[in-house]
Amino acid sequence: MPTFLLRRLLQAIPLLFGVTALTFLLLQLAPGDFLNTMSENPQISAGTLDAMRHRFGLDRPWYLQYALYLKNLLLHLDFGESFSRHQPVFAVLREGLGNTLLLASAAAVVTWGLAIPLGAWAAVRQHSWVDRGLSLLAFLWLSIPEVLSGLLLLFLAARTHLLPVGGMRSLDWEGLDTAGKAIDLLRHLALPALVVGLIPLASRMRQMRGNLLDVLRLDYVTTARAKGLDERTVVFKHALRNAINPLITLFGYTLGALLSGSFVAEIIFSWPGLGRITLDALLTQDQYLVLGSVLMASVVLVLGNLCADVLLAIADPRIVHD
Amino acid sequence: MTERPRPAPPSVTPPEPLLEDGAETSTRSPWQLFLLHFRRSHVAVLGAYLLAALYLMAVFAPFIAPYPQEQIDRQRFYHPPQRLHWVDPAGTFHPLPFVHPTRMVDPANFGYQEDRTHIQPLRWFVRGAPYRLFGVIPTRRHLFGVDPPGRVYLLGSDPSGRDVFSRLLFGSQISLTVGLVGIAISFTIGMLLGGIFGYFGGWVDTIIMGAPELLLTIPALYLFIALRSIFPVSLPSQQVYLAIVVILAFIGWAGLARIIRGMVLSIRRADYVAAAEALGMSHLRIIARHILPNTLSFVIVAVTVSIPGYILGEVVLSFLGLGVQEPAASWGNMLNQARNLRVLSSFPWMLFPPGIAIFVTVMAFNFLGDGLRDALDPRKVLGGRAG
Repeated sequence: MPTFLLRRLLQAIPLLFGVTALTFLLLQLAPGDFLNTMSENPQISAGTLDAMRHRFGLDRPWYLQYALYLKNLLLHLDFGESFSRHQPVFAVLREGLGNTLLLASAAAVVTWGLAIPLGAWAAVRQHSWVDRGLSLLAFLWLSIPEVLSGLLLLFLAARTHLLPVGGMRSLDWEGLDTAGKAIDLLRHLALPALVVGLIPLASRMRQMRGNLLDVLRLDYVTTARAKGLDERTVVFKHALRNAINPLITLFGYTLGALLSGSFVAEIIFSWPGLGRITLDALLTQDQYLVLGSVLMASVVLVLGNLCADVLLAIADPRIVHD
Repeated sequence: MTERPRPAPPSVTPPEPLLEDGAETSTRSPWQLFLLHFRRSHVAVLGAYLLAALYLMAVFAPFIAPYPQEQIDRQRFYHPPQRLHWVDPAGTFHPLPFVHPTRMVDPANFGYQEDRTHIQPLRWFVRGAPYRLFGVIPTRRHLFGVDPPGRVYLLGSDPSGRDVFSRLLFGSQISLTVGLVGIAISFTIGMLLGGIFGYFGGWVDTIIMGAPELLLTIPALYLFIALRSIFPVSLPSQQVYLAIVVILAFIGWAGLARIIRGMVLSIRRADYVAAAEALGMSHLRIIARHILPNTLSFVIVAVTVSIPGYILGEVVLSFLGLGVQEPAASWGNMLNQARNLRVLSSFPWMLFPPGIAIFVTVMAFNFLGDGLRDALDPRKVLGGRAG
């Protein structure tokens, strides 16, 4: 197990370096001399700009700049300065990342909470109208991008007033007790989480169905049936757990979809997460903030994949020895 | 772009043995076999027809659209879609539909009321604003319209009083083509790099094929935004179009190159490649004549199923306000106008026309892709062994 983890960790490192190289390259490619444009902005003091120049060695050759960029990143978690917000980039990102992860986790609950039972249902009732209906729905749902499903849900929310139409907290948030705060947060979370969580649902559901069908054909399931166990026990106690295992690997891939999906949902539902910050940063030409958040999102994705590997290794010991 | 692995489609017809006996296969060319398989899939044929209709609409957009996309009407902001009538209040039947002219009754909330005492017949092939059909033929004819100064809004009007129906058609010219141009570039780069590096291998191969890995490490939309940040935020329409295509191609080539490289790796070990080498054929000729054509059927499917991702890339970018800028229309920036809560709840015709257009397009490509996948499946072409 430790060697397995170490190997996976070592595989992640070149990727992360690749991402920093890419963000650095993009930083260099940005139109115009970035700090010169900033110096025309009276709100930014010459001192801040000089400090940035010094910190990132902006007057030195590019390889020294990259070395400094990496050093600042790794040693000081210094992603640079956000000029539009007058704060270090890391401070801005930390808050946004928390909100995005909250949204992505809620979305993951939606995805897996629906995919596993629905997929299992379709598998148990293979070729029935349930199965056909679910796969037709899944196929149609694949053609609805999150921009559309998000706007559609927003439209319904605006028409029915059942759920809040955006933001993260109600205006009277401060006056609520703990339970009230939790409920308020959940109500705000519901729609964006639904939008993001439903994106990967269709394919996860199909995979769950396929897995369970495969497992149900295995000998030990036949044995369980031959022992005279009723079908419910066979499916839920013996087959289901083994059918869920392969889905754990997919968690990593799903995370990428969840992060990208959150981006759009955050914009539509004014959720104060990483996506919103990135878009605002792009519109205000806050280059360090844009690339800082791209870097952050990639790190989250790599770590998520790593977690999925670990989870899988725990769930299925055969993996480690491959 | 979108990270959605697609599930198998619901099979509409139960899989049946397509070829009864092996003798029949030898009398049909691969193309005939393909058509035979393809026609059996009703959804795929439906997808193909839908796409043909959509692209025809894009080509004939200025003719079908009654108005130019940027023509504003200061009298009719947020005009609701007009109903077509066939029977007038007196009970007379009109073979051609007509609309009632409207007037604003509630300027604060953009409320309009039909004036039932007057009718405005729809006329075919009316003279309207001048345009060039296919970009060359100058003409003033439009498919339909009403007598000026009246205006007809089949799908309503937007906050500047522009006709949503016309904008939808003009928008399709951008939204439907951006994917094709983007994939054409990705496809060329992917074929070249995948073919050459899959064949020769070596350390360059290792580095080049590290790129897809790297690009997959960054969540798609974040990568998209990061690349967009190299270009200035506001750009003229043509340049934005170009920028989007370049970004899409940059992200998209990697996946295709990886698929092609994998296939080339396995094909180059085939006996006929060894035979070609033994006959003294040059490497590049082998790649171009013998290896790449063999990857084609998979590539066609891969391309078809990835086009929706490219189209959605433009939609998302324009939706976020980073893509095609007003007054030019694209499906993405039409959705952008619907983002506002008040617009969304009071004027739903801002959301549904572009929304349904996007949905139908993506669905048609998915249908077509699945049909192609089945029809081009070599296991079937080889005589139905796989059933």
